[in-house]
This record gives sequence, structure tokens and C-alpha cells, in this order.
Amino acid sequence: MKAKIIQNTGFFFLFLCMFITLFFLGIIIYFIFTRGIQVISWDFLTQAPRNAMTEGGIAPVIVGTFYLILGSMLFAVPLGLACAIYLCEYSPKTIAVNIIRISINNLAGVPSVVFGLFGLAVFVKFFGFGVSILSGSLTLGILALPLVISASQEALIAVPHSIREASFSLGASKWQTIKRIVLPTALPGILTGVILSIGRVAGETAPILFTAAAFYKRGYPNSIFSEVMALPYHIYALMTEGAHPAKQKAIAYGSSLILLAMVLIISGIAIFIRQRQRGTHG
Amino acid sequence: MDSEIKIKSESVDFFYGKAQALKNINLDVYKNQVTAIIGPSGCGKSTFIRLLNRMNELVPNTTLSGKIYLDGRDILDPSVDAVEIRRQVGMVFQKPNPFPKSIFDNISYGLKVNGIKDRPFIEEKVEWSLKKAALWPEVKDRLGDSALKLSGGQQQRLCIARSLAIESKVILFDEPCASLDPISTAKIEELIAELKREYTIVIVTHNMQQAARVSDHTAFFLMGELIEFGKTQDIFTKPSDPKTEAYITGRFG
Repeated sequence: MKAKIIQNTGFFFLFLCMFITLFFLGIIIYFIFTRGIQVISWDFLTQAPRNAMTEGGIAPVIVGTFYLILGSMLFAVPLGLACAIYLCEYSPKTIAVNIIRISINNLAGVPSVVFGLFGLAVFVKFFGFGVSILSGSLTLGILALPLVISASQEALIAVPHSIREASFSLGASKWQTIKRIVLPTALPGILTGVILSIGRVAGETAPILFTAAAFYKRGYPNSIFSEVMALPYHIYALMTEGAHPAKQKAIAYGSSLILLAMVLIISGIAIFIRQRQRGTHG
Repeated sequence: MDSEIKIKSESVDFFYGKAQALKNINLDVYKNQVTAIIGPSGCGKSTFIRLLNRMNELVPNTTLSGKIYLDGRDILDPSVDAVEIRRQVGMVFQKPNPFPKSIFDNISYGLKVNGIKDRPFIEEKVEWSLKKAALWPEVKDRLGDSALKLSGGQQQRLCIARSLAIESKVILFDEPCASLDPISTAKIEELIAELKREYTIVIVTHNMQQAARVSDHTAFFLMGELIEFGKTQDIFTKPSDPKTEAYITGRFG
């Protein structure tokens, strides 16, 4: 009887914790949604900002964010995946490799503004890419790298040894085994890492502050060396600068809603791909 | 012993690190016969058959000496490509390990990694190997389904079909029925009896009745040594070594 009471109390507290978490998540979404939805219209999505960013839409900002996400993933995913494959499948199990592994995990904990400064020093100045989509994408890509690497490593390690052996026993080489058996099996896990890093990259302000973002820029970016407006920085700018705080605030909430929606849509696509993959792969 | 020798092992020693797992193993495997390897856990029987398709070299920190001949050629020679040996010597593992792919792709995989691209040929081969593995009637209408949806026994027969498809001539079974129910086990045993007409089979088993039922020759391993090797009938009725007798009568192991 006593054990049962303890158990029920335990369950109740666990439920309560989960409820509190969901409650905050709900409030965030509710606030952003109710405040943001007022300014959302077709024009808001397709027009450029006008009149000192107090009117018009945020289309170039959405495009800029999209380019930065795309660019950073084009950089981080192949590189991160290759790194993970090397570390998991090929590297000798030495102390040096272990140190590399630990360093990569620690890299994930570096504050994003440090990545921003690094991007400024290396990509903007040293390589001379200037404040541009390219510099911003590379900086965000480096920020995403440890996430992609550690998620991919976990996914690769989780592939059962037994099916690797099966592949070898059928006369497959190591590379054939990795390409045709290990990677497809690990793909859902790898995609989860990509989804997480997209969410992270889309919302980061500090790394693009000095490397890619423009306070205001007329028209759309026309090359990878263009400066861009990006949603997180745009929101920050609307809330802290300018002469019409009330009007700007509404647009900032609208932009937040769009940012949230963008991350959800991109994640949704990745989740869809993941599920389809799981479907055919058991 | 009238049959042709398919695999010959000569004074094979094998170490995991410093621990010796196999001591001076001399064993002949006869063509188109079933050779059973019995012995208590940890006696080196799995280690031994994993040498026959060079799977043990995937395990780090091992040492091997001695010679293993397949059709008279030393497969341990450094000039011999392990990948090529594994195409000739198939393996079925203790736990069914189908790939998380469709039934069709599980079979076609071995053909594709061996460079075969001809689609009609692959389709023909998939059907042929599934028929040979006595699985065709159960799966012919759902070749596109995931192999993981099959039962354990069906998965194990799929794994056998997979080895047959690449035209292995020798098939190694490493306790193939350890995780199967008696009905699935009976099916696998029937299949082994059928397959030995065209293939040479080596089977590691913990189940002495199974060894007695399916094999022509039996080898008894103990603590990394080959204690006794002979015709299955002789090993089970008149073992010459008291240790063999003790093991098959269930006094240890």
C-alpha cells in the first residue's frame, strides 16, 4: 500500500514536470503566434521592407536566412559526415583520436559569439570574403559542425556489428559496406542531427552579426559575396533601433513567427525524409 | 575417408592478444559433406570457422599462424584478397542478421557489390536462391517488404539464400539455430541436408543431436584444441578420447 502511494506520487511529479515544460512551450508559441499573426499577410511574405522598416514585408530577410541555412548545411553536412565516418570507421583507436573526439564535443559548447569573432577574423578579413553570405554560411557551418559530427557518430556507432559482418561475409569491401549498409541504416540518426543543427543555425544571431548580416539592404542578395538581412538579426534590429518602436515591434513578432515557421517547415521536410527512410528500412 | 578435401587446415594457432584461442589445429573438411564442430562455449569453434572466410582479421589485435588451404590454395597468404575468399566461402551467423532493406535487396546486395548490374540476371538469381533456401513460396508476393518483418526462421533462411546467391561453394554456419524455435530449426536442418549435395558445409553447434542428425564428420574442440575428429557415427558411438565421451554424454560443457 505504501509502495503504491510512493509510486503514484512519483508519477504525479513526473507528469507535473512534463506539464510545466509543455506549458512554457505552449506559452511561447501562443505569444509569438497571437502577436505575430496580425502583421502576416501575402505582402508581408513577398514584399521588401519600406519606410525605414516600418512598412512592407520581410521577403529579402526570409531569403537571406534561407541562403544562410542552405550555405551552412552545404558546408557542415558533408564535412561533418566525412569526419564522423573517418572517426568511427577508419581512425585507429588511439589516445590522439580520443582527444580529437573530446575536442569536437567541447567545440559544441563554445559560445556562438566566439564563432562570430572567429568568422570575422578568418573568413571576412583573412580570406577576404567580406561581410557576405559566404562568410556567414561558413561561420554558421563551423558552429553546426560539432552537432553534425556527434549526431552522425552516434548514428554510425548504433549500426549493429552483425549487419556489417553480414556485408563483409558476402564479399563486400569496407567502403561498400559503409556506403550501402552503414550509411543508409544510420541515415535517420544523421538527419536528426541535421534537423537540430538547422534549428540552431537558423536562430543564431551572434555568428552572423559581424560576418553576414546587414541592418538594412535594398533588394535581394545577388551573389554569395552579398551582405544579407537575416531573421534573427532583423528581429534584434527592429526591437533595439529605429524611430517607430510600436510599428517595428509588430513586425518583429511577425518575423519571429516566420522564423519559427521556417524552422518547423525545414525540420518537417527532414522528418518526412527520415520517416520514409525508416519505412523502407524496417 | 573417401571424399575430396575442400578445406585443409594445417597447424593453425590463433591468439586474441596474448590469449591463445586455437592450438595447433589440423582439420580436413570434405567436399559436399557436412562437418560439425562441437564443444563447450569458449572452446574456439567459432573462432576456427571464422578463419575459414578470414572474418577474424576484422578483429583487432589478433595473431594467426599456420596454413589454411581452400582447393589447395593457401588462403592466409598475404597476396590473397580476403574479399575474394569471402565470395567463395559464405557464412550464416548465430543470430539472423538481414540488412534493414527489402527481401529482394538483401539477396541482390551480394551480387551488386560483386559488380553485377544486369537486372534480369539479378532477378533470376534472387528467385533461384530463395527457392534453394526453401523460402520462395513464403515471400514471392512480397519481395519488396522489409526483411525485418520476416520471422526469425525466415530471416535465417534469407541469410542462407544471400550466401547462395553469390555462388559460394562453401557455407559456414555459426550456430545457425541458436535463436530459433524447433520448427524453424528443423527447416534449417532439412535445408542443410539438401544443400550438401552441391555445397560443402561446416556447422558449429551447441546441440549434439543436431550435430548427429546433420553431419557426416564431427570435430570435438576443447580449450582451443582439436580433441577428436572423425565420422559422426564413430564420434557419437565409439569416441576414442575419454574427453569426447564425457562431453557427448553430457558430463561437462
